[in-house]
Amino acid sequence: MTPDDLLFTKEHEWLRIGGETGTIGISDHAQKELGDIVYVELPKPGMRFKPGETFGSVESVKAVSELFIPVSGEVVEINEDLGAAPEKINEDPYGAGWLIRIRLLNQDETADLLSAEEYDDYTKEEKE
Amino acid sequence: MIPFGGWEMPVEYGGIAKEHVAVRTAAGLFDVSHMGELDVRGPEALDLIQHITTNDASKIVDGQAQYSAMAYPHGTVVDDLLVYRHSAEHFLLVVNASNIGKDFEWINSHNRVDATVEDVSEETTLLALQGPQAIHILQPITSVQLRNLDYYHFTRGKIFNVDAIVSRTGYTGEDGFELYFSASESEPVWNGILEAGTAFGLVPAGLGARNTLRLEAKFLLYGNDMDGTTTLLEAGLAWIVNLEKRDFIGRDALLKQKQDGVKRRLVGFEMIGKEIARDHYPVFVHGREAGHVTSGAPSITLKKNIGLAYMPSEQASIGTTFQVSVRSKFSEARIVRTPFYKRTATTDG
Repeated sequence: MTPDDLLFTKEHEWLRIGGETGTIGISDHAQKELGDIVYVELPKPGMRFKPGETFGSVESVKAVSELFIPVSGEVVEINEDLGAAPEKINEDPYGAGWLIRIRLLNQDETADLLSAEEYDDYTKEEKE
Repeated sequence: MIPFGGWEMPVEYGGIAKEHVAVRTAAGLFDVSHMGELDVRGPEALDLIQHITTNDASKIVDGQAQYSAMAYPHGTVVDDLLVYRHSAEHFLLVVNASNIGKDFEWINSHNRVDATVEDVSEETTLLALQGPQAIHILQPITSVQLRNLDYYHFTRGKIFNVDAIVSRTGYTGEDGFELYFSASESEPVWNGILEAGTAFGLVPAGLGARNTLRLEAKFLLYGNDMDGTTTLLEAGLAWIVNLEKRDFIGRDALLKQKQDGVKRRLVGFEMIGKEIARDHYPVFVHGREAGHVTSGAPSITLKKNIGLAYMPSEQASIGTTFQVSVRSKFSEARIVRTPFYKRTATTDG
């Protein structure tokens, strides 16, 4: 089940809002499509991004995929554990496999994101 | 992120890394039926094979296979292939899937001895059973005495009750077998082998693992590591070019290139930084673009990121460092000895 407290992009990132910060990761669907993740490239804390900008990349054995930020934000923390254990993204994409935390710069932008239900419908359509 | 697409074959069944490790430690079963099979028959079939291929097919005996290539007159690669000798009058050529049509036309256009060339790809299934346990999985279900079958040899026999060619060859760097049989028997044989292998740790394996395995063993991939723009000598395939053979297509150009010196060479490298070099990433030497990565991937066995690239010959020696442009950042790489991986155990049986 896709956790219903998350918002999604069509590029398969998720955003969990907690007060003024947001946590970002990639969806379960995305980690399955990518397969075994072996490397993650993340930004440095303090960097700022606008919606849709690339903030890093994840690499599986077979491919590299860019990461797009769902909403404007300033990076406050990155998941340091992924450096040694990128497979956490495969194992627990909505938990231990989170990527970065940002300070939200414009909460209104979340209106453009998909709910869990909308995202599930979207990935089903994409498959068909 | 945008999940990777564009594959149309089974890339993976249970994860590339798991399948890769299974082949190195137990066994994997690959469906590689997309490969092309061209049957060549006629009293002078050997003469045709000798004319179109760069290796010396007169050196193999009935029941033996040889890695070879077909070259254009200027020494670049039409295709790389396996030549199976049934007899001097009957050969089977196994070619790359994407080249079947091109190869068929190429061979026919140089068929000066009126041999019969038949494309039997559609009706042929090819399964590759690879890994140290392959022999133990296959022996109970085949009529062939596998321990008498040497590397790069083949024989006809039964798998279950199905007529097959059993060949001790592969594209993984492990001991193993390639099995050719009628496409109408694909499903029962595939399922039967998987079932027979369960106790030995056999898993179905896809094209993803096939690629990471072959790269570790430095088996070249046509279209990536060599093609119609690279010569066999540049690709490091001099060992399948027999210049002592008097007449074959590409000989003059390859002889001349050997005498004049090869200007660029395909080298194996490992990344010094953590970045992964992927196919087509540009390669820089002293700040100048020198070529591109032809194959690049994480090596699951070595836990390093490895790849192949063409380098100017003067910068192609072991230990030379250069840069790979990874998403417009430079990442250091070092030329290393190949193959990256070589199995330590001698061929079992």
